[in-house]
Amino acid sequence: MAGNAPTSTEYITHHLQNLTFGLHPDNGWSFAHGAEEAREMGFWAINVDTMGWSIATGLLFLWLFRYLARTVTNGVPSGLQNALEMVFEFSNGIIRTSFSGHSKMVGPLALTLFCWIFFMNSLKWLPIDLVPQIAHKLGIEYMRIVPTSDPNATLGMGFAIFLLIIYYSIRNKGFSGFAKELSFRPFNHWALIPFNLVLELVVLIVKPISLGLRLFGNMFAGEVIFIMISLLPFWAMWVLDVPWAIFHILVITLQAFIFAVLSVVYLSACFEEH
Amino acid sequence: MNINMTLIGQMIAFAIFVWFCMKYVWPPITQALNERQQRIQDGLEEADRARAELHKANEQAEETLRESREEAARILEKTRSRANQMIEEARNDARAEGERMIANARSEIDSEIQQAKGELRAQVATLAIQGAERILESSIDEKKHREMVDRLAEEL
Repeated sequence: MAGNAPTSTEYITHHLQNLTFGLHPDNGWSFAHGAEEAREMGFWAINVDTMGWSIATGLLFLWLFRYLARTVTNGVPSGLQNALEMVFEFSNGIIRTSFSGHSKMVGPLALTLFCWIFFMNSLKWLPIDLVPQIAHKLGIEYMRIVPTSDPNATLGMGFAIFLLIIYYSIRNKGFSGFAKELSFRPFNHWALIPFNLVLELVVLIVKPISLGLRLFGNMFAGEVIFIMISLLPFWAMWVLDVPWAIFHILVITLQAFIFAVLSVVYLSACFEEH
Repeated sequence: MNINMTLIGQMIAFAIFVWFCMKYVWPPITQALNERQQRIQDGLEEADRARAELHKANEQAEETLRESREEAARILEKTRSRANQMIEEARNDARAEGERMIANARSEIDSEIQQAKGELRAQVATLAIQGAERILESSIDEKKHREMVDRLAEEL
């Protein structure tokens, strides 16, 4: 909360502003002060809070599972190992049910996606003002702690999946096979190649965008509702806050699951023979 | 909320995380889980085998028990018949012995009777002759009459 007693609008826009670092035409390399400056920085800027929190949660995930990998035994599991193995088996189940090909990469990919997105989404359970207030005390003006409510993060993951789709399609079917698949589906006739091409390319490009926007939309909407709720008087907040947070147990897990499953399904299509 | 470099940063971070997971996390865990699966499978098979063996051993034990029971019954039966036989034999022996002893005694008695008869005959003859002598007062030719008296004594 910058300044004294901000209006509701200021409060909301402040909460929705990332901590952006970039090259400003007037100020040079600096943190953006407000949405206007961030926009002026254009593409060559980076949302430090999004990157920081996503990397932190990613490292938390890797640390946890590295711990599992180090301590795992083929005997009787116990404690944390049990819980982590459950998650592991869960993502392994996604592969078993949704993936038909053979790949050393898709399993780890599904596990990483599910856990990482789950951890990133989970940051939403922290009280909405807690971390920004601490950051404010430390002199940091903006702090959005949920990386998945930043479209950069979700679309970034979506496009990473997109690149993998392209890579595996070409690797498994050859460039000509991939091109043929784009040209002769759904209508197997040479005269309809342009039509097919347009259709298939749209389908192809929609995959990563829908992945990213679905996750972003859910998380962003949830965040906005949390901000709205925190505009209520403090003694009334819990009436809406608690149910909404409980509801997010479902949303957070479900969105992580959907992202992981759809990625696996998209990649599975690259391994199928036609 | 504009699109910027964060997009690419996120892609790179994602790639690194997946790579690390693929390299250092996934293989040891899958290996351990597969090993565990194998161990559980082995254990179950072992249990099945052990159960079958136990069943077999039980049957064998029952078989042995039945056989030994039959054997015991047979031995007992044999012993009993042997004992009966021995008793029978002993009884027969005893009976034979008894009969033999009775026969002996009887023959002894007979011979003694014969002897006594002989002696009696001799004495009767003597007594008769003496009596007759006394009656006839030596009027009788002893040689002639002895023959007669002896014949008489034999008729006794």
